[in-house]
Amino acid sequence: MSVASLRRETVVRRTLAVTAGCSLLFLGMIMLFLFIEGLPLFSTVSVSDFLLGMNWYPTSEPPEFGIFPMLAASCAVTFTASAFAIPLGVMTAVWLTEVARPGIRRICKPLIEMTAALPSVVIGFFGMVVAAPLLQDLFDLDSGLNLFTASLMLAFMSVPTICSVAEDALFAVPASLRAGSLALGATRRETTVRVVIPAAFSGIGTACMLGMSRSIGETMVVLMTAGGAGILPRSLFDPVRPIPSVIAAETAEASFRGEHYRALFAVGIVLFLFTLAFNIAARYISEKNGGGRRSGR
Amino acid sequence: MKRTLFIALTALCFTAAIFAVPAAAAEEIIITGSTTVLPVMQKAGEAFMAANPGISLSISGGGSGNGIKALNEGLCQVAMSSRDIKESERREGTGKGVNAVRTAIAVDALVPVIHPENPVKNLTVEQLRGIYAGRITKWKEVGGKDENIVTISRDSSSGTFETWQELIMAPDRTAPSALSQASNGAVVQAVAGNRRAVGYIGFGYLNPSVKKVNVNGLEATAESALSRKWPIARELYVFTNGAPAGAVKKLIDYLLDPQKGQKAVAETGYIPLSGK
Repeated sequence: MSVASLRRETVVRRTLAVTAGCSLLFLGMIMLFLFIEGLPLFSTVSVSDFLLGMNWYPTSEPPEFGIFPMLAASCAVTFTASAFAIPLGVMTAVWLTEVARPGIRRICKPLIEMTAALPSVVIGFFGMVVAAPLLQDLFDLDSGLNLFTASLMLAFMSVPTICSVAEDALFAVPASLRAGSLALGATRRETTVRVVIPAAFSGIGTACMLGMSRSIGETMVVLMTAGGAGILPRSLFDPVRPIPSVIAAETAEASFRGEHYRALFAVGIVLFLFTLAFNIAARYISEKNGGGRRSGR
Repeated sequence: MKRTLFIALTALCFTAAIFAVPAAAAEEIIITGSTTVLPVMQKAGEAFMAANPGISLSISGGGSGNGIKALNEGLCQVAMSSRDIKESERREGTGKGVNAVRTAIAVDALVPVIHPENPVKNLTVEQLRGIYAGRITKWKEVGGKDENIVTISRDSSSGTFETWQELIMAPDRTAPSALSQASNGAVVQAVAGNRRAVGYIGFGYLNPSVKKVNVNGLEATAESALSRKWPIARELYVFTNGAPAGAVKKLIDYLLDPQKGQKAVAETGYIPLSGK
């Protein structure tokens, strides 16, 4: 290698290191900013009043900053959405790798991944204008803007993520495992259920976690379709107010560095911790028993 | 050599910038306060700056209270407010040599709306308060069908919510069970799509897809709002230190001009002042 090309190599390596460092630095600064702006709230409001309080009246005198109904709403929406999205996403992935012919797979997979690119505002708008009135008439509901509609739209968003990641995991199961199972006399179905899925279990778990973290942080869809009532949901068809929609709806009008502004940042911290927990869980699952996940092909 | 040239050029640019800024913006008016008045000011302000290149406006929100406080502290020349000045605020200003002068620029009136198929025609202020506080939950209780009432409110930091809170709800609060929408337009859309819904919007957003409700037997019209008979109306003000003069007077004259500022008032969904 000539001196010139060596030098070029060093330049490229350093540039890449600086770029990577920058993005890390910016993320770190955003996080720092989030905490600097949010934490001062707790000098006036206690953490338990904040997390367990039932009322959110940021602009009344005196203001109340209880986010418990929003926490409950976020959890309810995420789990309901997962109840639709996980079976649908995982089973689609199983079908693509185990049942469908390779030709079909080559067409279907990019198509599914393309739906992941649908902007969330489009899905939210669809939910608000098409799905909500439809469900309202169908079930004779008080309002079509509710937990169920929001979950349905969120599921619609997270299926592609779940399906695509789970499909990668299933596809990475070594062909020798399948061949071995079939050679021992197991049927295709037995091979899929007893051998392939357990082998890809960690990858499927990661897929589910990523899908859930996508729905808990999703903003536009819940802002537009969840109804926005700050109550604890008692039925699947109650209107709710998940965390991201509060931040989106109120930030523009909260006075800069006021108590309300701080409260919204504190809500942001809670949301951040939630998403972080899901992502860490996803990592943990994939590392714990996913050692040979990608060694197959 | 090259480096010296570069430094010299940079220095020249900076000097030019320092001298250029004051030369370009002869006068700056700082405006802050109510987020209810903000859209009017922004809309009228753009046209005003285009018509008066010598004057630049710096407009920000933050609430009526913050606006008046800023005026008292000399941090702004014009304070926007959706309420009158409080006696305590006036005293505080007098102590600092500030004499707040009030000018009304528009009327903000809200109207309750329901689905066109809903037979209810009139609601009293007490009934509206009961509905929004969650005490009245069936249309039957206010002369309608035997169906649940779906209350649609605005997010709690909007000016519209504040007006509703102050003129209808006080001393009660809107129940958390009310659905919240992020804009007047979204409320209209939600009410138009739901036979059981009731919502409230600014006058300017009324359209045939929803039905306006009479309040205390009074019909919502621009006249009833301007004559202050309509119960859910309030004037929007700007406050200045002393009678407006110079560039500030120009701005306020512009706001009150029926062909200019008052047009912006109507376009933002408020009611223009008549006869000025």
